[in-house]
Amino acid sequence: MSQNQKPKKQKHWLYREENRRKLWLIQFGILFVAILPEFFMHHHASFEAQGIHLDASPTFYAWYGFLTCAAMVLAAKLLGYVLKRKDDYYDDEQQR
Amino acid sequence: MSSLILPPGLILILGGLLLPWVAPRFKSLIAIGFPLLTLMMVWLVTAEDSMTLTFLEYQLDILHLTPEGRVFATVFSMMAGIGALYALKHARTLELSAAFVYAGSAVGVTFCGDLISFFVFWEIMAIGSTLVIWANCYQNDRAYGASMRYLLVHLLGGVILMIGIAFHVANTGSIEFTAMKADNPATILIMIGFLINAGAPPFSAWIADAYPEASASGTVFLSAFTTKTAVFALLMGFPGETILIYVGMYMVFYGIIYALLENDMRRILAYSIVNQVGFMVVAIGIGSELALNGATAHAFAHIIYKGLLLMSAGSVLLMTGKRKCTDLGGLFQTMPVTAINGIIGALAISAVPLTSGFVTKSLETSAAAEAGMPWVWFMLVAASAGVFLHAGIKFPWFVFFQKDSGLRPPDPPWNMRLAMWIMSFLCILIGIVPAIIYGILPYTLDYEPYTADHVVTQLQLLLFAGFAFFALLALMKRTLTISLDLDWFYRKLMFGVVVWIKNHIPQLIAPVMLGLKNFGQRKFDRLFKVHGPQGILARTWPSASMVLWVAVLLAVMMILHYMRPS
Repeated sequence: MSQNQKPKKQKHWLYREENRRKLWLIQFGILFVAILPEFFMHHHASFEAQGIHLDASPTFYAWYGFLTCAAMVLAAKLLGYVLKRKDDYYDDEQQR
Repeated sequence: MSSLILPPGLILILGGLLLPWVAPRFKSLIAIGFPLLTLMMVWLVTAEDSMTLTFLEYQLDILHLTPEGRVFATVFSMMAGIGALYALKHARTLELSAAFVYAGSAVGVTFCGDLISFFVFWEIMAIGSTLVIWANCYQNDRAYGASMRYLLVHLLGGVILMIGIAFHVANTGSIEFTAMKADNPATILIMIGFLINAGAPPFSAWIADAYPEASASGTVFLSAFTTKTAVFALLMGFPGETILIYVGMYMVFYGIIYALLENDMRRILAYSIVNQVGFMVVAIGIGSELALNGATAHAFAHIIYKGLLLMSAGSVLLMTGKRKCTDLGGLFQTMPVTAINGIIGALAISAVPLTSGFVTKSLETSAAAEAGMPWVWFMLVAASAGVFLHAGIKFPWFVFFQKDSGLRPPDPPWNMRLAMWIMSFLCILIGIVPAIIYGILPYTLDYEPYTADHVVTQLQLLLFAGFAFFALLALMKRTLTISLDLDWFYRKLMFGVVVWIKNHIPQLIAPVMLGLKNFGQRKFDRLFKVHGPQGILARTWPSASMVLWVAVLLAVMMILHYMRPS
């Protein structure tokens, strides 16, 4: 659940700078294991009838998950420039 | 036996009305006992049972069992009970009482066979839920304003629904609540009324505006009933309505984007409600048996894991007094129970294998595949990854891990911990034994969630979504901000226009005020003619009844006065 963190004195090991690299390596290790089945597994294509085979191609779920999430984060970031306001923006209406 | 059968919702409403009058030591008995009774009654009702009331020339059917209704009623009464356990020590009696009336009327909706009693329960829900938010006015300055905005949206939705129902009854002569087609103004208005309660655009903002202003336990109650009753209504009323696919898809991505922008932990989860309800609305729009089963099962699972997530967030709020991600972090060190349960809820909402989300949400994506809708399927798969991003990792990460905020609060009291453990247990139980939920769905289901292909692809999807989260963490740095939404139009623009006119062209105000006054005067004159001393309706009232009504009015005024927030 927790791979990345900021330094802070000698506290919990999750927060120590020297463990940061280790945690990233653990994450890459997990990702590698997750990708292993691609070498001997074929996925079920849901849309043969429509002539779409993309979802059955190897590593589809991995790159699709990563790219769509990256796109959503970027979209949120860009929309944020337009939509974000200070969190006391509506406070002047608090007059009952 | 059948003589003992009551509409289950009424039992819960009765419990809510009893709560303020019992001695404190019996309170917990009622708070746990009545939801249990309701749950038992939900399962004692058979399709033959009915209870009809006569209203005008219509026969209202308030005990009408449907398989869909029973699934929703089951999870509603469970939530009322477990929510009450969670609320027991801290919630005000007003909150608990209102929550029971609210939950009871939600259960009532699921047992309605006709549109009129449906509408009555629907509106009681609006009042009950407003009172749940209102009950937090002493702790939270924003709660009062939020509750009023919430009420306005729901009254608007109620008026639209009422117009639709009246129109529909005039058209067809039938008040039966059954599957409709949104092809005429009447049914379109009914659908809009349902959709407003589901958090559909342009009225999506009320969920994140109002729910997080309630107390720790109040938000748990609120998250469960209103939107899911709307899902139930759409499921029964408009299965297979294609427009719902588009509406639902908007809600799915609206929820993700706004949750990614949000800083307040419970508002993140509130946006996530819109996202999850969006999945269900899409499934209802697809409308196949598999899709409707999926929407029902997903609603059941969602109520439990969203309740769990909000219990976890509520515990953090209660123990730290803080609600913003910028103030939180590192809490896993001293609140392990809250953190573990929050993570279980987060895994369940993300549909990780062995959790309830995995076995229910996949029905909906499979339904899109089965129906041969590739773009719906690709969007839903992307959205599933997005759920992990905005709720599955973002919530636990920023609250329990992230930077060390230096806060060292303990775990919450035993009743809250117990409630969270029960919810976590349910999330995992459904995930491991999906037959529990598959067995009560409206249509027979032949579906195996645990295939090697499904488990592997789901894990790949989620793990790489998680990788995207940590790789792009810098882009998600929390800021002290909120995000504008369409409620800006009525909260800022309309208000601003009135103030601007008042300041800049005051000469406009006078004629408008005069016009309003004359309008009011005309109405009043007419009222006076009918109801005044010489009016038709005022002739032969005995003075005793007048005195009685004055007494009643005074009593109501007094009660309202005491309930009014400071």
